[in-house]
Amino acid sequence: MKQAEFLNVVMPFKDKLYRLAKRLLVSREEAEDATQEILLKLWSKNEAMGQYKNVEAFAMTMTKNFCLDRLKSKQASNLKLVHSNYSDERTSLQKQLEAEDSIQWMERIMEKLPEQQKMVLQLRDVEQYDFEEICELLDMKPTAVRVTLSRARKMVREELIKKHNYGIG
Amino acid sequence: MELDNIERLLEKYFDATTTVAEEKTLLTYFSQESVATHLEQYKPMFTYFSNAKEEKYTKQVPLKPRKNYYKWISVAAVALFIFGIYFGNEYQEKREAEYAYQETKKAFELLAENFGRGTEKVAYLKEFEVAKQKIYNNN
Repeated sequence: MKQAEFLNVVMPFKDKLYRLAKRLLVSREEAEDATQEILLKLWSKNEAMGQYKNVEAFAMTMTKNFCLDRLKSKQASNLKLVHSNYSDERTSLQKQLEAEDSIQWMERIMEKLPEQQKMVLQLRDVEQYDFEEICELLDMKPTAVRVTLSRARKMVREELIKKHNYGIG
Repeated sequence: MELDNIERLLEKYFDATTTVAEEKTLLTYFSQESVATHLEQYKPMFTYFSNAKEEKYTKQVPLKPRKNYYKWISVAAVALFIFGIYFGNEYQEKREAEYAYQETKKAFELLAENFGRGTEKVAYLKEFEVAKQKIYNNN
């Protein structure tokens, strides 16, 4: 497969890889590195790529595994992820004010979710994948996906309502 | 009427039984300026999701260098190989010539040594001549 051909295949979903990586790793730099790693891995396998029936799903699964490994190794070595685009709960007034921004709030709520829920929400509500695709990507049973998704959405709602009431009161 | 529908969809949404199309309806509903006050709290959720989809991966992936790298390494290796054969041969020839020169020099030295030994012996002849002269002179 030529480079141009490869890029044509990869271009449409590279942003999805990046967004999934960012959802899991939070830090923009980490996510960029992960995405690059995945794309290079794909490129090195490009001879075999014709055999995969769904390159996008394959790449998404790769990204998921890569990021989870990454998180695991960070945890194991007791290193905290350092990200510049992370804002602490109540460090400064500036940040507290920024946190009023509902998008920021959502970001923080999403960060707090367990990985599985993050991924399902990301794949479904952001990328709008079908249930079958999500099952394939995450190697989960359809019922499990549904339960996780419902739980994740309800968790977000709960947090939002809390915030909403707090904001008014 | 529409609000009823949205409420029903929301309920289904939180049970994760909505289809992608139904979720799109929700997205469009919540993307408008004003939503019903009791649904206001869900707005950030949907705005966030549609915003999140806008994020792009902007970094360039250095695909080419890696691939070319190997290609050029092989080219360099072949070039080095050919040069090696060429200059190796030249070097070999030079060494052979040097060897032949050394051998010839050795042979000449041997010759010269033996020649020197020859002249040493000839020197005795001079002694004979001196003695002869002595005898002649005595007479």
